[in-house]
Amino acid sequence: MNESIPHDRVQETAHPLAPEGLAAPELPALPEKMSVRDLDFFYGDSRALKKVCVPLFDRKVTAFIGPSGCGKSTLLRVLNRMYDLYPGQHAEGQVLLDGENVLDPKLDLNALRARVGMVFQKPTPFPMTIYENIAFGVRLYEKIGKADMDERVEKALRGAAIWDEVKDKLNASGLSLSGGQQQRLCIARTVAIQPEVILFDEPCSALDPISTAKVEELIDELRQEYTIAIVTHNMQQAVRVSQYTAFMYLGEMVEFGETSQMFQAPKESRTQDYITGRFG
Amino acid sequence: MIDHTVKSFDVELELLGRHISEMGGIAEKMLADAMDALAGLNAVLAQQVVAADARLDALQRLVEEETVAIIAKRQPVAVDLREIIGALRISNELERVGDLAKNISKRAAKIAGEGRIPRAVGGLKSMHDLAVVQLNDVLDAYAQRDADRAKAVWLRDVELDALEDSVFRELLTHMMEDPRNITFCTHLLFCSKNLERVGDHTTNIAETVYYIRTGKALPTERPRGVASAVTP
Amino acid sequence: MSLAATRKARSALAMGACIGSAALGLLALALILGALLWNGFTSLNLAVFTQNTPPPGATGGLLNAIVGSLIMTVLGVALGAPLGLFAGTYMAEYGRHAKLTMVVRFINDILLSAPSIVIGLFVYEITVVRIGHFSAIAGALSLALLVVPVVVRTTEDMLNLVPGGLREASIALGLPRALIIRHIAYKAARSGLITGLLLAVARVSGETAPLLFTALNNQFFSANLNAPMASLPVVIFQFALSPYKDWQNLAWAGALLITTAVLALSVTARILGAQKTMK
Repeated sequence: MNESIPHDRVQETAHPLAPEGLAAPELPALPEKMSVRDLDFFYGDSRALKKVCVPLFDRKVTAFIGPSGCGKSTLLRVLNRMYDLYPGQHAEGQVLLDGENVLDPKLDLNALRARVGMVFQKPTPFPMTIYENIAFGVRLYEKIGKADMDERVEKALRGAAIWDEVKDKLNASGLSLSGGQQQRLCIARTVAIQPEVILFDEPCSALDPISTAKVEELIDELRQEYTIAIVTHNMQQAVRVSQYTAFMYLGEMVEFGETSQMFQAPKESRTQDYITGRFG
Repeated sequence: MIDHTVKSFDVELELLGRHISEMGGIAEKMLADAMDALAGLNAVLAQQVVAADARLDALQRLVEEETVAIIAKRQPVAVDLREIIGALRISNELERVGDLAKNISKRAAKIAGEGRIPRAVGGLKSMHDLAVVQLNDVLDAYAQRDADRAKAVWLRDVELDALEDSVFRELLTHMMEDPRNITFCTHLLFCSKNLERVGDHTTNIAETVYYIRTGKALPTERPRGVASAVTP
Repeated sequence: MSLAATRKARSALAMGACIGSAALGLLALALILGALLWNGFTSLNLAVFTQNTPPPGATGGLLNAIVGSLIMTVLGVALGAPLGLFAGTYMAEYGRHAKLTMVVRFINDILLSAPSIVIGLFVYEITVVRIGHFSAIAGALSLALLVVPVVVRTTEDMLNLVPGGLREASIALGLPRALIIRHIAYKAARSGLITGLLLAVARVSGETAPLLFTALNNQFFSANLNAPMASLPVVIFQFALSPYKDWQNLAWAGALLITTAVLALSVTARILGAQKTMK
C-alpha cells in the first residue's frame, strides 16, 4: 500500500522543513543604543571580562544573568565608567553609546553619567527630603523655577510609581520610607535627570516580593522611553522583565539572545545547565 | 545530562516520565486488544478494554497534578520546561488514544452478534498494524528523546491516511454490494476513522517529542499524500 | 570537681576580676569628682564670675580667666577646625587611595599623641621668641595645633563611614565631586563631624602646658590678642600651687567650671552620636 504514495511527492512536500535552524534569523536588526565590543576588563592584573561583545537595543530591556563573579556587575559598571572611581581598574576595547566611545579618557564623565543612569542593589536615598532627593540632581543640569521644579518632581515620582505614596510628605526625609519605596525614590531620582540608558544592578535583591513586583512593573513601563540593562540573580525576574538576555560565565559572554528563546531553548549547554539549576 | 542541584527535582521528573511510559503501555495494549476484539468479534475482550480505560484516565489526572505541582514549585525553564509541558501534552494525547480504543471496543461488542462479512475487517487490520507501529515508534522516540525518530513518525502518518482512504472505498463497495451490510460496515467505517485519529494523536506526540528535544515546533501543516483527498 | 563546676569557678574568678577593676576605676573617679564638687561648690560665688583674679590676700574672681579661655579656645578652634576638616576631607574623599594620605595619616597620629607641652614649646619658639613677648594669639595658635589632628582624625573616620553606595549613587547621577561632598557626604556624616569638633573643644579647653609658654597669664582683664591673656587652666595651675587660701579656693572653683564645661560638651557629643545610630 505504501506504493500508492509517490515517493518523490512526499519528499517535495516535506521540503520546507528540511533546512532546520536556518529559517529563523539570528537576531533582528534593531537600533543599538549601546554596543560593547571586544571588552576586556582588569582588576589590577586579574582579567574580569574577556572579549565581551553585547548590544543594548534601543528601548529594550536586556537582562544579564550568570553565577556570582561572572562579571555581569562589572560589565554594568563599565557602561557608565563607574570603575573610574577605583585605582587599578581599567578597561580595553570599545563601548559605544550612540556611536561614541564611552571608554575615551577625554570623555566628560559627569555628562556620560547623566545620560547613563544607574540604580543600585541597596536603595541609596540621599540624606535630605523626598523632594530634594529629586530636585537636587535636576538643579545641577537645569536652572528652572520653583513651579517648574514642582512639576518635574511630581512627574519623576509619578514615573517611578511612588507619587501617591509620598505626595503628602514630600518634606519628610527620604530615609523615612520603606525599602521598596526608597528604591523607587532612587529610580525617580535617576529618571528625573532624563537619562537615555538606565542600568539596574540587582535592584530587587533587597526588597520584599510586593516591592519587587512594583519595581518590575516599573521597569516594564520605563522601557517605553529608556534603554535598560538589568543585572539579576533571579532568573524568573529576567524572564519577566527583559526582552533580551545575556548569559555570562567566568568573564565571558556565553550566549545572548531573545529572552523567550533563551529560556525555552538555549543554544549553549552551559546556559541550559545554569538556568535549569544544574550548575556544579 | 547532569543532575539538578536540587535532587528532588530530578526525582519528580523521573516519576513523571515513568507515569507517561505506563500510560503509553496501557494505550498500546488497549489498542491491540480492541483490534483483536473487533477481528475476533469477541465481546468479552471488548469489555476488558473498556474497563482498562479507567486506569489510563486516572494516570492522566495524576500527570496533570504532577506537572502543575512542578511548575508551581520549580518554575522550570528551558529543557525542564519543555519536558514538563511535553509530558502534559503527551498524557493528553495518550488519554485520547485510550478513548478511541475504547470506542472501537464498544463497536466491536455491538457488532459481535452479527458477523456479516469478517473479510471486511482485513483493511482495518492493516490500518491498525500501522497505527500500532507508529504509536510504538513515537513512544520509543519519547523514551530516547530522539527528535529524528519522532520526525520520521510524523512524516509517515500520510501512509495511515492513505490506508484509511482505501479502507473507505472497500467498505463502500461492500455496502453497495448488499445493503444488509450497511450497519456492520458503518461501524467499521467509524472504527477506521478512530484508527486514523489515533494516527493524528501519534503525530501530535511526535511533534511534542521534537519540541522537547529541539525547542522548535514542527510546521503546523503536515505533508499530505495525494491519496488522502477523501475526508468523510 | 566536674568540668562544669571548674568552668563556673573560672568564670566567677574572671568576672570578679573585671568587676573589681571597674569598681576601682569608678571609685577613683568618684573620689576625684567628690573632692572637686565639695571644694568647688564651697568656693563658688557670684564674685567668681564678676571679678578679676586678685592679688594675694585680696578677694576676687576668675572673670578674666574665663573670658581669656573662651577667647583662646574659640580662636584656636576657629583656626584649627577648618584646617582639620579640609585635610580630613582630602584623605577620605579625594586622596583615599593616594600615598600622601597614608603619610598624612601617620604623621597626624603622631601629632595626636604628641605631649601638648611639646606643641607649646614649638609655638613659643616660632612666635614668642620672634615677637619678643607672650600673646593670646600665640596661645590660640598652640591650641589650634592641638585641634587639627583631632578634627582630621574624626573627619576622615566619619566620611569613611558614609556608605560607599551613597557616594556611588551620587556619582552615578553625574554630580560633581565637590557637590557630593558638600551636600551629601557632609550631611550624612554631620552628627559625626560635630561630635569630633566638640571632642576637640573639650580637649583643648583643659590644656595648660601649651598656654604656659605662649599666652602666659594676665592678672588683669584683657581682650588684646597681642598681649598676654589669662586662662582658666593656667590660673588653676598657679593658684593651686600658691600658699594662699583664697587663691586655692579660686583654683577649685575654676577646676569645677572647666570640668562642668567639658562634661557638658562630652554629653552633647554623645547625644549627637546616638542620634546618628538611631537613624
